[in-house]
Amino acid sequence: MSEVVSALHGRRTEGSVAVRDTGPRGMIQVRGDLGAEALQSVCREVAGSGFPGQGGAEVSDQGAVLWMSPDEVLVLTARDRAAEGVTRIGAALAGTHHLAVDVSDARAVIALEGAGLREVLARLTPANMHPEAFRPGQMRRTRLAQVAAGIWLTSETSAELICFRSVADYVFDLLANAAASPAVGHLPVA
Amino acid sequence: MLTLQCPYCGVQCDETELSPGGEAHLTRFGPGSDDTEFEQYLFLRENPRGVHFERWRHAYGCGKWFHAARCTMTLEVFGTYPAQVTEPPADLIEKIREKRPGWRWRDLA
Amino acid sequence: MSTRLATGGRLIDRGARVEFTFNGKRLSGYAGDTLASAMLGAGQTLMGRSFKYHRPRGVVASGAEEPNALMGIGTDGHFEPNQRATTQELFPGLTARSQNHWPSLEFDVGGINKHLSRFLPAGFYYKMFIHPRPFWKHVYEPFIRQSAGLGAAPRDRDADTYEHYYAHVDVLIAGGGIAGLAAALAAGRAGAKVLLVEQAGHWGGRAPVDGAVIDGKPAEAWIKDAVQTLEDMDNVDLRLRCMAAGVYDHGYALCYERLTDHLADKAGPRHRLWRVRAGRIVTATGAIERPLSFAGNDIPGVMLASAVRDYVVNWAVSPGDRTVVVTNNDDAYRTAIALKKAGLEVPAVIDARAAPEGPLVEEVKSLGVKVLSGKAIAKVKGRKFVTGVAIAAQAGEGAVLEEIACDAVAVSGGWSPVVHLWSHCGGKLTWDEAQAAFRPNPDKGPTGADGAVFVIPAGAANGEMATSSVLSDAHAAGAKAAGADAGDAPTAEVTAEGPIAPVWMMPQGAKPELRAKAWLDYQNDVKVSDVQLAAREGFESVEHAKRYTTLGMATDQGKLSNINGLATLAHALGEDIPQVGTTTFRPPYTPISMGSIAGEARGALFQPLRRSPLHGWHEANGADFEPVGHWRRPYTFKRGDESREQSVAREINNTRQGLGLLDASTLGKIIVKGPDAGRFMDMLYTNMMSTLAPGKCRYGLMCSENGFLMDDGVVARLDEDTFLCHTTSGGADRVHAHMEEWLQTEWWDWKVYTANLTEQYAQIAVVGPKARKVLEKLGGMDLSAETLPFMGWATGTLAGIPARVFRISFSGELSFEVAVAAGQGLALWEALMEAGQEFGVMPYGTEALHVMRAEKGFIMIGDETEGTVIPQDLGLSWAISKKKDDYIGKRGQEREFLASPDRWKLVGLQTLDGSVLPEGAYAVAEGTNANGQRNTQGRVTSTYHSPTLDRGIAMGLVKDGPDRMGEVLTFPRVDGTGVEARIVSPVFFDPEGEKQNV
Repeated sequence: MSEVVSALHGRRTEGSVAVRDTGPRGMIQVRGDLGAEALQSVCREVAGSGFPGQGGAEVSDQGAVLWMSPDEVLVLTARDRAAEGVTRIGAALAGTHHLAVDVSDARAVIALEGAGLREVLARLTPANMHPEAFRPGQMRRTRLAQVAAGIWLTSETSAELICFRSVADYVFDLLANAAASPAVGHLPVA
Repeated sequence: MLTLQCPYCGVQCDETELSPGGEAHLTRFGPGSDDTEFEQYLFLRENPRGVHFERWRHAYGCGKWFHAARCTMTLEVFGTYPAQVTEPPADLIEKIREKRPGWRWRDLA
Repeated sequence: MSTRLATGGRLIDRGARVEFTFNGKRLSGYAGDTLASAMLGAGQTLMGRSFKYHRPRGVVASGAEEPNALMGIGTDGHFEPNQRATTQELFPGLTARSQNHWPSLEFDVGGINKHLSRFLPAGFYYKMFIHPRPFWKHVYEPFIRQSAGLGAAPRDRDADTYEHYYAHVDVLIAGGGIAGLAAALAAGRAGAKVLLVEQAGHWGGRAPVDGAVIDGKPAEAWIKDAVQTLEDMDNVDLRLRCMAAGVYDHGYALCYERLTDHLADKAGPRHRLWRVRAGRIVTATGAIERPLSFAGNDIPGVMLASAVRDYVVNWAVSPGDRTVVVTNNDDAYRTAIALKKAGLEVPAVIDARAAPEGPLVEEVKSLGVKVLSGKAIAKVKGRKFVTGVAIAAQAGEGAVLEEIACDAVAVSGGWSPVVHLWSHCGGKLTWDEAQAAFRPNPDKGPTGADGAVFVIPAGAANGEMATSSVLSDAHAAGAKAAGADAGDAPTAEVTAEGPIAPVWMMPQGAKPELRAKAWLDYQNDVKVSDVQLAAREGFESVEHAKRYTTLGMATDQGKLSNINGLATLAHALGEDIPQVGTTTFRPPYTPISMGSIAGEARGALFQPLRRSPLHGWHEANGADFEPVGHWRRPYTFKRGDESREQSVAREINNTRQGLGLLDASTLGKIIVKGPDAGRFMDMLYTNMMSTLAPGKCRYGLMCSENGFLMDDGVVARLDEDTFLCHTTSGGADRVHAHMEEWLQTEWWDWKVYTANLTEQYAQIAVVGPKARKVLEKLGGMDLSAETLPFMGWATGTLAGIPARVFRISFSGELSFEVAVAAGQGLALWEALMEAGQEFGVMPYGTEALHVMRAEKGFIMIGDETEGTVIPQDLGLSWAISKKKDDYIGKRGQEREFLASPDRWKLVGLQTLDGSVLPEGAYAVAEGTNANGQRNTQGRVTSTYHSPTLDRGIAMGLVKDGPDRMGEVLTFPRVDGTGVEARIVSPVFFDPEGEKQNV
């Protein structure tokens, strides 16, 4: 099997807030009854993380489950485990109405690191990035400038976000441009 | 620029995260309907100076359609609710009645 | 003449001289100066020319309301015209140029316009449009163009950067004067998240200039303490040089922060546009002094009384040695006091009121200043600068009683609360008779999502003019905005003031020749006589009179002129001011830069550019891109010095004869899955999709509920429960949204899930007689005609990459579309290019795709359709199931006009001379329509040169077309000649489909 390339080919910028392509990632789109124990437990197993409630992001070292809508989660895992994950979810939910597809290549995952990351994001998204409004454990799907994105904090000083593959360079450039600008000094710094 | 709460996500959305979808609670008329019914369904819309029920999609979020009861004059939002209903929730209608005595919308009052 | 005083100046640092240039002349000022104060300090009173008559103009105001002192600031990529000298802070090396003059500021040819002023009355432009017509082009227009327009447009690309910033706060406070500070203290102490913005470079507004004493301290000291207290609060953000520009629905506000305009070092973003969502907005925007209308009130040296005081106290600049104060209220007496305290002469205070009295009046008298009550200025003497004033009785027509020599005039017509932000989102005003001003009507404010009023005016902006009431009102506003109890407000000493007299024009019965020199709008050169003329000519509505006279339509939006203009109009109409009403206040409060509106969206970030997984390869291999939605797709891959046409022809010939590759990754790919998927697909498509067998593909049509064709594509049934729908390249998001809309809002009980997998896959069309050979060479799948027949699909691996192969064709050739994970698309493409070498492989672009589909008579969404075409028009009735009771669009298509046999229908068009029909050309019919235009009977929808057939081919919609095969139609060209074309079948090439079925 030939090597898989991510949309951003490992792009990164350093600075007070670093912007970095996290490389290929396993991503599984799961739609179904999010209240069903079978769905929750197989997602937990595949991601090696907890299962989120409304608007949540459950993250672990191995993967994550991101709440996308009332009937959809995105399960993150290693790229080379995605196909197996789809199979496991399919098997666990066989006979119930659901959809589980490998979408590992449909999106890019970009990491932000640095104390000023909230203000970098606040230049681009109308969502409230104040620490009281947006905390680790939350998944915020929103708009970054002119395209859709989903953002979650992995700590007070680090975040990851997803956007569609075709606009990955646009989003990366937006973030790098915003990160290069001097601090605004509006939000409290972690 | 409006803010509306997405009833699915619970987040207060900026209008730029939403896409508008016109009037809510339309009844579809398909084959077999007469011209008057079809015209009503496809083209004729309420245009109230006051409380209106309208459709919105959380386009940059969960992608779900929801409905909002909003005054077109004061921009007051009485509530939002999922789109999988044929008429507004009773408690919302009650709330509007209290705030806007004499209010009417189609056959609702 | 203006000059710098030896002492004083609370805002300047005399230890820091700052050099700058004005019209190339080197001047100097001090750190803390504005450009206006520095120029006045350097004796430069003449600052520009007026818009219409090119009259010499000096600075009138000291802040954002300034109409005259507009400058072009900066050079090259940093140049910007129409900047107000009063708000531009001085920095070393600043370059400023005055505007609206030729050849020089001192001698201006356009100044002769003033001699033509009786030919340039109100409504000049409208009247001139009319007659005589030939004059417009050769006389009027060149003349207007010469005199119209303010500063020069920048010639260079903007060298600065800009950004947006989204903030969410409980309370936004606009204005950092004592009202804003008091409101911020109240809201901040209540724990609210507060953003306090001030447009100027310093806090406190004009209270220190007016000598206010707050909580027992001089205003200056109170302000310093208040700012310190606020800076110590974590929940309060204070921003200088940040103007609240506009207020919009649901607590949305734009604030315009100028980051580097005051600095010599322009590093970093120049402006930041704050997009603020606030729970409550407190408008502590103060008030603006109005001038009075009298003859010659625009001569340089005539200034607002408050501005005179600002220049003296803030910047130690004397506007003149001898300043006459003219007023209808007590406040202007503060200017006389400030001037006397600075050691300057005040020959007289001219007060329109019959018997002014009060502590301020007494103090002025005690300083030895003559107070002329019941008097008016008949006219100001001087041309480029004031030399004196002629005095008349306010009650009379302007007979001169005496003349007073002076070199400056300080004028006050009372104060108008700055109600702009209150009004932007619908706040209503009420006329305050006592203060002769409009103020916010607290019962009619703009309401937010919660139904409550979300804008709270405070202090002078709320019509509270005395320092003590400013503070108590603003304190209460801040507390209310934070949802807290008010508690104790700061207090101030009270100075009693006598009532204002509602005087708008001097003298009251000014003769026509005086009214024709009495300016209302300085920037647009609108005089009292113009408004009166408008009223006489029937422009009774204030909105009409505004547009007719251009009053208040300049870049200052009439901050000084609107109320005076209204009063003049009301008087001319014999009505009260409130009956006439105001014009609409619209954002922004003062002009903001275009760059700030764009924010980061310029250059590479102007618009998202969607890249296919193969985009990099295309770029590196000579792709000539074209936009398809936000995608960039290769139009063709040019080689050497080929023209586009040659390149496209080569790609087509190579594909038809050998092997071509197309990047089809942009095609939409949507999964539809669930027990009700078949039922849903039958509603979505006009075809019967539920009968499609797993492993098979079917071409499908999708219509809107109107019946019009909206998208098409090949559907593959993956299994019993699952379909994969291909959409057009631009249509994926729209079609996915369309599906979800029906599922969520109409058939929400149907068990169907969709997923938009467009970006998950790279899709490569392998096309041509050698297509199977190259895939077999890659190895891994049996793609023989028996195993994978036309309109079938299969999964497997190709060159070691997991793939799904669809045997479908949009070119009429043997064709396979191969979908692989996007991250492996490039690997497959490169493998195909390498393996295909022996078969003469070439990539082809969208134009070759289009020509080949047209040769086969396949329709293209957006070419053959434009939103009012139904499938039946396109000969696609075969794709409409007759067995289904319903599908989206079925009822719509039954409407009389869509079911009519008279509709234009799809045919092929073949020119008799082999040329290419012009795009969009119409076929003419006999006779003319009601407008005398030729009747039409059809139009061209697609037209190309076919390299395969070596002649022009076209498709078009023609009335009764399919029944008129062989008929010849005429299509006029733009140049008036016509092209004749024969109606033929739209399938020009391989009608039996032999090439694709191998």
